[in-house]
Amino acid sequence: MRSSIVAPRLSLTQKIVQTKIIGKALIALVALAVLYLLAVNAIKNPTVFLQQLVNGLQLGFVYALIALGYTMVYGIVRLINFAHGDVFMVGAFISFYAISRFQLHDWVAKLSPGMSPFVARAIGSITVILLSMTLCALLAFVIERVAYKPLRDAPRISALITAIGVSFFLEYFGALKFVFSPNFTPYKRPFDVVTWTLGRQGFGKLVEGEGVPEGNIIFSNIFVIIVLTSIFLLLLLQYIVTKTRVGKAMRATAYDKPTARLMGINIDSIISITFGIGAAWAGAAGMLYATAFPQVFFWMGIIPGLKAFVAAVLGGIGSIPGAFVGALIMGQAETLSAGYISTPMRDAIAFSILIIVLLIRPTGIFGEPSREKA
Amino acid sequence: MMLEVQDLHVYYGAIKALKGINFHLDKGEIVALIGANGAGKSTTLNTISGLLRARHGKIIFEGKDITRAPAPDIVRMGIAQVPEGRKIFATLTVMENLEIGAFIHNDQEQIRKDMETVFKRFPRLSERRNQLGGTLSGGEQQMLAIARGLMTRPKLLLLDEPSMGLAPVLVEQIFEIIQEINQQGTSILLVEQNAQMALSIADRAYVLETGNVIMEDEGYKLLENPQVIEAYLGGRH
Repeated sequence: MRSSIVAPRLSLTQKIVQTKIIGKALIALVALAVLYLLAVNAIKNPTVFLQQLVNGLQLGFVYALIALGYTMVYGIVRLINFAHGDVFMVGAFISFYAISRFQLHDWVAKLSPGMSPFVARAIGSITVILLSMTLCALLAFVIERVAYKPLRDAPRISALITAIGVSFFLEYFGALKFVFSPNFTPYKRPFDVVTWTLGRQGFGKLVEGEGVPEGNIIFSNIFVIIVLTSIFLLLLLQYIVTKTRVGKAMRATAYDKPTARLMGINIDSIISITFGIGAAWAGAAGMLYATAFPQVFFWMGIIPGLKAFVAAVLGGIGSIPGAFVGALIMGQAETLSAGYISTPMRDAIAFSILIIVLLIRPTGIFGEPSREKA
Repeated sequence: MMLEVQDLHVYYGAIKALKGINFHLDKGEIVALIGANGAGKSTTLNTISGLLRARHGKIIFEGKDITRAPAPDIVRMGIAQVPEGRKIFATLTVMENLEIGAFIHNDQEQIRKDMETVFKRFPRLSERRNQLGGTLSGGEQQMLAIARGLMTRPKLLLLDEPSMGLAPVLVEQIFEIIQEINQQGTSILLVEQNAQMALSIADRAYVLETGNVIMEDEGYKLLENPQVIEAYLGGRH
């Protein structure tokens, strides 16, 4: 029996448009070219390639700490908090003042001079990072209460524009002479940099003034500290969100606010806590970033903030593991494009990733968790 | 009287959803609110729960005026709502949904006991305790929603359309559970479009029509009321 419904015959142009073949082919072509470039370079000089990966990892972990704040806040109030990158900047400045002006990183050494300098510095540096995190969390509480809470029921675009306003406020208030000043300021690290080499001959310490031995990659204690701190904070966040009472309330609130209220959850405090945690993690990232690239500047939050935002979108905004994976990819994309294409191109490439993600998979790698069936 | 609603007026913007309704519920009763779509049944429950604000009128629970109390405080006083469409947290596991139900309590020991009781009542949930809420079937989700409400240890349970979208066998099961819960001492305010089922278990019932209470009587009497039969029970059976 012949079917009575005949499929309409598509013209070639219609087919091309409907299947989006050109766009897909283009993206596939770019992906292949990138892979080819990477493979050629990795084979030609594996040491440099590995070194790029190490550098990318360090950057990626810092981005991950920032991206978590974007993704958590988006998950709970559906707001892209564009002021988040500036909270990161404030975190860097807080640690800067704590170290340069108040020598907070030295307090243990001053109190008990007999203690091993390593332990004393470690405790001192942890104090500084905790201070940055706490003050950033407080700043975020204030921002949320003053700027976002009154707009909770307003159209989302109003809150988004307000976020941009808050971002400008933090930047230009910071640029004032008596606040952070409008200049680049060198950042004093709370500890000395130690660099190690790793190669076929094994593990060694890089002596200052000597070149890197052939075939070795180098990494510093900053790399180790950034990776360890980030992994610790990431696991801590994962624990808070999945295991604690507040974390479960956060997820319930993110999913359905009226029903969360019916369960006795005060959603205002849960939202404040979410902003606070996100900002605290960004504050930690600010200090780590300033330690790795030792200068502070009132605009320093813009580019890392945007890159972390791209990372969050790439991983699937609202998803915590997504933010982490997205950030690691962004870190690699940035260092690899700086290394193999050109340094000024790295930002262009990072933001092209955003466009590509939005075109082919707007929900990102991990996407939104599936909704309840109707 | 456990719950007393006096001259309640509620608006959605300019639209008047409740036009001054009055009703009450005594301790231990099952009271049903029946009526068609848009009669104001869910609005009534949401106003009692504190999700909506009344413009006029009073809601008195155990002698206290709760008209202006925020939703989280109302749960703490002992009024839990099982919302329409179940509204379980799909991204949380069954266990986590129940833990959120117990959010207002801090005594871990008692929470654990409550959870055991709930799992005894709903063995299906026990089997699926580590599954995400969103992966449950409709009937299981309704059970989870009721179980989650029970975890708050309510004195008064508000049930909004518990039979919605369920197969007839499941509807009967759910209504049996509701009666059991009531026999164990929880008062119940039930909102239903399935008037037949609701009236057969209700001690008393109110009929709502476009924001007004138009009839009130004992459940079985309303079941035999010709007007109710005509309008809500689909003619004679």
